[in-house]
Parts: sequence; structure tokens; C-alpha cells
Amino acid sequence: MTLATPEAVPAPRRTAVGVRATARIQAAVRGGTTTLPVLDGDGPFELRRLRSRGTEARVCVVGAMSAPLGGDRLRIEAAAEQGAALHITSAAATLALRGRTSEHATYDVRLTVGEQAQLHWLPKPLICAAGSHLRQTWTVDLAPTARLVLREEQVLGRAGEPPGHVASRLTVRRGGCTLLDQQAAYGPGAPGWDGPAVLAGHRAVGQLLIVDPAFEETPPEVHLLGGAPEGGQAVLAPLAGPAALVTAVAPDGLRLRHLLDAAHRLRHR
Amino acid sequence: MSRAALFVLADGRFPAGGHAHSGGAEPAVAAGRIKDADSLREFCRGRLHTVGLVAAALAAAAAAGHDPVALDEAADVRTPVPALRTTARKLGRQMMRAARATWPSAELDALAAARPRGAHQPVVLGLAARSAGLAPLDAAYAVAYETVSGPATAAVRLLSLDPFDATAVLARLAPGLDRTAAAATAAAARIPEEGIDALPAASAPLLDITAQQHAAWPVRLFAS
Repeated sequence: MTLATPEAVPAPRRTAVGVRATARIQAAVRGGTTTLPVLDGDGPFELRRLRSRGTEARVCVVGAMSAPLGGDRLRIEAAAEQGAALHITSAAATLALRGRTSEHATYDVRLTVGEQAQLHWLPKPLICAAGSHLRQTWTVDLAPTARLVLREEQVLGRAGEPPGHVASRLTVRRGGCTLLDQQAAYGPGAPGWDGPAVLAGHRAVGQLLIVDPAFEETPPEVHLLGGAPEGGQAVLAPLAGPAALVTAVAPDGLRLRHLLDAAHRLRHR
Repeated sequence: MSRAALFVLADGRFPAGGHAHSGGAEPAVAAGRIKDADSLREFCRGRLHTVGLVAAALAAAAAAGHDPVALDEAADVRTPVPALRTTARKLGRQMMRAARATWPSAELDALAAARPRGAHQPVVLGLAARSAGLAPLDAAYAVAYETVSGPATAAVRLLSLDPFDATAVLARLAPGLDRTAAAATAAAARIPEEGIDALPAASAPLLDITAQQHAAWPVRLFAS
């Protein structure tokens, strides 16, 4: 099933400072359907090609080793070229752990979507275990006619443990102009993160971003979701540009996913 | 010009309409998340180090003379819910009226012409500070302080909180205000090398969610 042969996947390089790994995915249209000319796993990222759905190519990121740990420098680059349809998931939640060093780990995701192309980036959640320290970025470049669905979920601590520290930045550009720029910092050392303005005791936080040029004609409407204090809450709202952003907080990852899925269904009705 | 202009600009009685806004305190009080001086302090701390930092950096950048229209766009992409974009522009329009009457300048006139429905308030405040001859750090302080003084004043009205306790909350936030104003000014100073992305984009999910919920309330004491 996997395109990457065992020889093509370098042996994980875990040194005293951690693993350095960059996985690459490239989707392009060949003969009316999306193919994957590049599917290079690296380090903790093993890439599996899944059965295509229609003309869409599907890739699953499988964790080949425990990561990110302190000191790791991890990167995934995915590009959907003109007209391609690419769907990326992950097999399991990503667990950030402290590792052997208290140094932070980095996990950078670079997504590029060409004209008339679409990309779904829908991995399982990131769990920030006690003592972990992660800096995560998503940098997305969209052509003006590109479409994107991006979900990110952060669960702060495994059940019954305090959270690790996570700092993230999501930057989305469309036709070279910034559409969304958002940073977040949670866990020990982030001032006010658990207070009533930011998370107020919620341990799961996530977003679903939908960019679609059709929103230029018909912007998405505001929807409020949840509301029962024990179930978490969310809002689906239009950005200043042609995009809908769902922002959700919940007591745990399961209830967070319920909110994000409910919001996603609103967009598909 | 005179540093004393900062007191005029940062005075809660400066006629720019800020008193009608709770900075998210009204929904937080209604949800029971702000219930006393301690929870007010934590609310203000979270607000200061997220949206407060962003707003202070926008103001510092405007005061330093960076293109206010580009800064207004930077504010838009850092404000993901329409309720808060609308509030920021409404407050910006009111700030613009007060600023043009107080410290008239061609730069204020140009921004008012470019954004007739109002630019984001911190950008207007930064430009007003510039017109008053104030420094970027002054503008950052004014915005950072306003980020916490608004909710503290609102909490006094919403909770019948002792005004002495609310003022003590603000006094205890002083070191955080110093750090925020300094970080905001430093970020603005990196724009020439790094571009507008040098500005922070810190977010507070509950402020976004509850602002949009609050905008749908049929009856409310504060506009936001």
C-alpha cells in the first residue's frame, strides 16, 4: 500500500538533541485523477497511501516512533498542485512528550494548494503530555481559487495529568495576502491561559478552517454551537476574507470532536 | 509635544465611547467565570497577554508611522469573529472623531477617508498618539491599560464589586502591563526587517466564542 519503499525512508536520526525529519507529499493531476508523485516519509512520519475516493488522493500519516519529544525538529510539507484533490489524515493522535531533554520540540506543517486544487488536512488530535514543550506552526499558501479544510485539535494533558506547554501559530495566505494569523499558548508559563478569558478549565481546544472562493459571493453565516457548560462551546463565523472558522473549547478531546464535527456538518447541509 | 498628552489619551473619560464596552466581561460574569476580584484578575491577565498584546502592538506600529491601512488589515486577519471586528471598527470610528478634534493631523484625515466606517480602534489610537507627538511605547501602554481597565470597570457595575478591589486588581497587573507594552513595542520595531508578520497574533478562544454569543443577546448592559 505504501508508495515509499523501505529503502526510500531514511532510518530515524535520533541524536542527543532529538530527531530531525521532513516528510513530503505532493499531489498532481495525471490523466484526470490525482496522483502522488512524491510520498516521502521520514523519521516518525510513515506515509501510507489510502484507497482513492473519486478523483481525490488520500494519505494517512502513521507514527513510526514516539514523537515529538523534546529537541525534535519535525516537519511535514504537503502540496496539492493545480487541479489536484488531496486528503491527509493520521492513524492515531500525536503525543508530545518531554523526552530526555527539557528543550522544546518543533512541529511545522507547510501546506500549499494550487489553482482549482483542494486540500483536506484532518489529522487526529495533538495531546500535550505533562512536561512536554512543543512549538507548532501551520503555514498555508493558497492560490486564489484553492479550497482548504484544515482541522487542528489540542488536548492539554492525558487523562488526569497536568498539561504540557504548547505554543502554536497558524498563518494562512491566499493569493499572497494574509487571510488568518493566529497564535495560541497554553500550559505552564503561558500567562492567563487557564483563566476565564482563554480556556477557563477546558482541556481541549480546536479549530476547523474552511476556505472556499464561493464564500466571496455568499459568506458563511454565524452559528453558535454547544452551550451546555459540561459539553463545551463553539462558534462558526466568517473571517474577513472568504473563509469560515470554527473555534471550539471543550472539557476533553471527545466532546471537542463532537463540536467540530457538528460545525462541519452545518457547512455540508 | 508633551508627554502629558498620554494622560488625556488614556483617560477613561476621553470621549471615545470605551465606557460602553466590557471587553468580554459581561458574558464572563453571566457564565459565572468572573465572580470576584481573583477571577477578574485572571480574566484581565488572559486578556492582556493575548488580544491586549496584539492591540498594543498594532497601536505601537501605527504610532511609529507604519501604514495604518496595512495595520488595519493585519488587525482584521487577527480578529476571527465578526462581532469583535464590528466592535473594533465602531470604537475606531468614535476614537477617530475624538482624535481629529483633539490632535488634528493629515494622517488621521487620510485614515478616516480610507476607512469611512471606522478602522480598528488600536490602529486609530496609535495614529492619534502619533498626532499628539507621543512615542510608540506610549501608545502601547494606553492600549494595554485599556485592555484591562475596561473589564475591571465593567465588573464593578456587573458584580457590584468593590471599586477598591477592582483598582487593586489593576495595580497588581502593572508588571504584566510593563511587559506587554515593551513586547508590543519591540514587535512593532521589527516590522522594517520582518514585515507585518512581526506583529503578534495571540488569541483567546473564549473571548472569541463569548463575544459572538454576547452579540446575539436580546438585552445587554454593554455593547460588547
